[in-house]
Amino acid sequence: MTTLTEAPPPLTPTAPEPAPPRRRGRLTPYWLLLPGLLWLVVFFALPMIYQASTSVQTGSLEEGYKVTWHVATYWDALTAYWPQFLRSVAYAAAATVLCLLLGYPLAYLIAFRAGRWRNLIMVLVIAPFFTSFLIRTLAWKTILADGGPLVGALNTLHVLDVTNWLGWTAGDRVLATPLAVVCGLTYNFLPFMILPLYTSLERIDGRLHEAAGDLYARPFTTFRKITFPLSMPGVVSGTLLTFIPATGDYVNADLLGSTDTRMAGNVIQTQFLRVLDYPTAAALSFILMAAILVMVTLYIRKSGTEDLV
Amino acid sequence: MAFVTWFKRNLVVIAGLLTLAYLLLPNVVVTVFSFNKPVGRFNYAWQEFSADAWTDPCGVADLCGSLALSLQLACWATLGATALGTAIAFALARYRFRARGAVNALIFLPMAMPEVVMAASLLTLFLNLGAQLGFWTILIAHIMFCLSFVVTAVKARVMSMDPRLEQAAQDLYAGPFQTFLRVTLPIAAPGIAAGALLAFALSFDDFIITNFTAGSTVTFPMFVWGSAQRGTPVQINVIGTAMFVVAVLLVLLSMVIGSRRTKSRA
Repeated sequence: MTTLTEAPPPLTPTAPEPAPPRRRGRLTPYWLLLPGLLWLVVFFALPMIYQASTSVQTGSLEEGYKVTWHVATYWDALTAYWPQFLRSVAYAAAATVLCLLLGYPLAYLIAFRAGRWRNLIMVLVIAPFFTSFLIRTLAWKTILADGGPLVGALNTLHVLDVTNWLGWTAGDRVLATPLAVVCGLTYNFLPFMILPLYTSLERIDGRLHEAAGDLYARPFTTFRKITFPLSMPGVVSGTLLTFIPATGDYVNADLLGSTDTRMAGNVIQTQFLRVLDYPTAAALSFILMAAILVMVTLYIRKSGTEDLV
Repeated sequence: MAFVTWFKRNLVVIAGLLTLAYLLLPNVVVTVFSFNKPVGRFNYAWQEFSADAWTDPCGVADLCGSLALSLQLACWATLGATALGTAIAFALARYRFRARGAVNALIFLPMAMPEVVMAASLLTLFLNLGAQLGFWTILIAHIMFCLSFVVTAVKARVMSMDPRLEQAAQDLYAGPFQTFLRVTLPIAAPGIAAGALLAFALSFDDFIITNFTAGSTVTFPMFVWGSAQRGTPVQINVIGTAMFVVAVLLVLLSMVIGSRRTKSRA
C-alpha cells in the first residue's frame, strides 16, 4: 500500500535538497536529462510560445493568421468573459475550502484514530480513482436529480430555501445550479486534499499530543496550537492541488451546471474546439494561466513556504 | 451525558466517516445503476433490475474499441513517461549539474498548470505544425503531463536511499553497472512502480488534454463524455464497476502478499 500512499507528490518539499555528491562521469547527468527535458521543452515550453504568438495574431481560418501584435484581443476577451473568470475563481475557492473542511477530519482519522483500519480506509480513499472520473461525475446527476430523495430531503428541511436565498440554487432544483458544480468540484478534487494532509499529519510525533495533554491543554487547544500548525505543509500543497485544477476545470460545469455556471475552461474549450477563434482562445488561456500563477505566488508568499521549486 | 461525552470524543471519527461516505457514494450509484434497465436514452433514473448490460458489456457500438484504445495509450504513455522520468529523477538525485533550478522549474510547471492551458497550447503547436491529430498526438501529450509525476515519485525514493549501500557494493568490487543493477535499481523499484502506476492512472482517465489533442479519435473518457450528450448506455456503468472491483481486488491482494512477506521475514 505504501506505493499508493506515496503517490501524490507533495508540492512543497519540507526540507531543502542537499547538494548531491560529485560523481565520476561529468556528462552522465546531461545524458540522463536530455531525452526527458527535450520532451518537456518541445511539448510543454514551445507550445506556450506558439500560444503567446497566436494570441497576438489576427486573420481568419480561410486566409490564415499573421502576427500583428493585436494586443486588444486580450482586452476584448477579458471584457467579454470576465464573469466566467470570476466564477472560476469563486467556484474553485469554494471547492477548496470545502475540500479542506471535509478532508481534514478524514485525514486526521486515518493518521491518528484508524488503528488497524488505516490501510483499508486508505484503499477506500484512493479506490474511486479506479473508476473513470467522468462516470462518477455523471453519477452525481442521479444523486442530485430533480425530485430525487436528496433534493426532497433538502426541500423538506428548508435547506433549499436558504440556498435559494443565497443564490446557490434555483427553485426546487440542485442540478444545473452553482451548488451542483461546487459539489462536483469538491468531490472530484477531495482525494488531492486528503493525501497530502495525511502525509503531513502522519509525520507528527504522537508524543507531542501527550506532552500537550500533560500540560493541561484541552483537545481543541492541542489541535489549534500543535496539530494544525504542524500540518501546514499538507494544507498548503493540498489547497494548491485542489485549487489549480479546479480553476481550469470545465467538466463539472458542463455536466452538472447550466449556461449560467460556465467557467473559464468552458469558454476556452468552446473558442478552441467549436468557434475556432484561435487568437481569442489563446488569449483567454494565457489570462487564466497568469491569474493562477499570480494567485498561487501570493498564496505561497503568505503561507511562508517559499522553497516550492 | 455519557452519549454526549462519547459523541464529543468521536466527533472527528464521525466527520471523517461522513467524508468517506461522500467519496464513495458515486461509486455505489455507478454499481447499482449498472443493473438498471433505463427507459429512454439516459441512465439517470432507476427503473427495474436487469443484468442485461453485464451479459453484453460490448453491446454498444465503439465502446469496447475506445476502451482498448485507452488501455493501449495508457500502456505506451506509462512506458515512455517512466523511462524518461526515471532518468531525470536519477540525474536530479545523484548528480551535480548546471541550471538545476531551471530543470526543477521545467519539471514543476506542468503539474502547477491547469490542464486546459496545456491542452490549448499543445493544440496550437500541432495546428501550426500541421500535425495529423490522433493516436500519436494524444500519446505525445500524455507522456508530457505524466513525466513530472514520475520524476517526483522516483526522486523522492532515490533521495531517501542510503548512499553507503552503493559504496559498500563498490567496496565489494562491484562495477558501476553491477552496482546499479543489483543495488540501486532494486531499492528504487518501489518509487518507479509508484510513478508508473500514477502515470497509467493519469493517462487512462485523462479527458481534458485528450479532448484537445485527439481530433476525431475516441478514447474511453471521450466516449463517456460523448454519451453524456447523446445518451448514456448502461454498459458504461458495467465497465466502471468492473474496473473498480478489479483494481480494489488487486490492491487488497498486494496488501495480503506484502503482509505475508514481512511476516515470513520476521
